[in-house]
Amino acid sequence: MPVSLRNSSLIYEALKECNIQLLSALPETWLVHLIRLADQDPEMTLVRLAKEEEGIGISAGAHFAGVKTALLMQNHGFLASINGIVSFAHLYKIPLLMLISYRGSWGERDPWQTQGGNVTEPVLRALSIPYSFLDTTETVRKRIRQAQTLAESSLQPVALLLTRDLMWEE
Amino acid sequence: MLRVDCLRSIYSELEKPLVVTIMGAVAAELQSLGHRPNFFYLQHAMGLASSTGLGLALSLADQKIVVLDGDGSLLMNLGTLSTMARYRPKNLLHIVFDNESLLSVGGFPTATGTGTDLEGIARASGVPKVMTVRSVANFKTAVIDAGLGSELTTIIAKVEPTGPVTYVTSLSLVENRFQFSRHIESLRKP
Repeated sequence: MPVSLRNSSLIYEALKECNIQLLSALPETWLVHLIRLADQDPEMTLVRLAKEEEGIGISAGAHFAGVKTALLMQNHGFLASINGIVSFAHLYKIPLLMLISYRGSWGERDPWQTQGGNVTEPVLRALSIPYSFLDTTETVRKRIRQAQTLAESSLQPVALLLTRDLMWEE
Repeated sequence: MLRVDCLRSIYSELEKPLVVTIMGAVAAELQSLGHRPNFFYLQHAMGLASSTGLGLALSLADQKIVVLDGDGSLLMNLGTLSTMARYRPKNLLHIVFDNESLLSVGGFPTATGTGTDLEGIARASGVPKVMTVRSVANFKTAVIDAGLGSELTTIIAKVEPTGPVTYVTSLSLVENRFQFSRHIESLRKP
C-alpha cells in the first residue's frame, strides 16, 4: 500500500509537538499509518469512532477538560459531521483541529470518491471554516502549528486537507 | 413517571459530577430545579451529548460524568453506544429518558414506541451494565448504585411524554459553555 509512512510520521510528530493528547479517528486508506502510530503511542488516547460526527462531541468534551485534540477523518466523514460542526462547534465556540484526507481530487482513481472531492472545498467555504493544505513535507509542521494556534485563538473549527501529493507514494 | 420527578430525586446527587444534557425538555427541566456551574446543556447537535460525556470521561479519569440523554437523541447516534462500550470509562453514567416521543417538536412518536428496545441495543453494544427503570424510587436507586459502582452504566428511564411550556431560558448557550469549562478548570487547580 503506497501510503507514505514517512510523511504520516511527519504529520504525527507535528501533532505531538502541538501537545495533542487525544486523537479521534475513523479508518480510511490514507490514514492507516497515522492511526497505527497513535495506537502504538502510550501517551496518546486514540478514540476509534463508529461515525465521524461523534468526534466533534468527544473533542468538545476533551476541550472542556483542558485536553488538546485532533480529529482524523476522510472528507466524506467531514461531510457526515456538518451538523455537529455547526450546531456544536460553531454554536458553542469550540476549537477543532480537523485533519481531513482529501479524496476525490487530482489523481483519484476510485470513482466513488469523486463527488465528495468536488464539494469539499465549497462546503468548507460555505461554513466559513478556515482551511489550508498539507501538501509538501517542508510545510507540514508549520501548517499544523498555525492551524492549532488559529483554532484556539478563534475558538472555532479549522481544517487541514491532506493531499495525495503528501500522502501517496507511487 | 415524570422526567422532572426523576431529576428532582437525583438533584442532590448531581452536585459534584459534571453533567451534560441534551436539548429541549431535559435541559429546561434541569434548569428549572436550579442551574449549577457543573451543568452543560447541549441545546442542539442531537446525539452528541453522550459523545461529549465520553470525551470528558476519557480526559478526566477521576471525575464522575453524568449524561442526561433522550430516546430521540440516542436514536440519531446509536453508534455512540458501541464507542462508549469500546472504551467503557468507569466514571461515565449514561441516563436515557425514554418518552417514546420527539416531544420538543410536537410529540411525534419515536421507534421506542413501536418496539425498539434501547436497553437491548445498549446491552448488545457491549455496555457492561444496563437497566430499565419505571418508577422514581427505582430510578433514584439505580443512579445511586451506578455512582457507587465501577463500570460504565446506561439507565433507560421510561417517562411520560410531557415537558415544560417553554424550552428557552435566560442562560445563553455561550455563557453556559464558558461557565462550565471555567468550573472544570477550577477543579483542576490544586
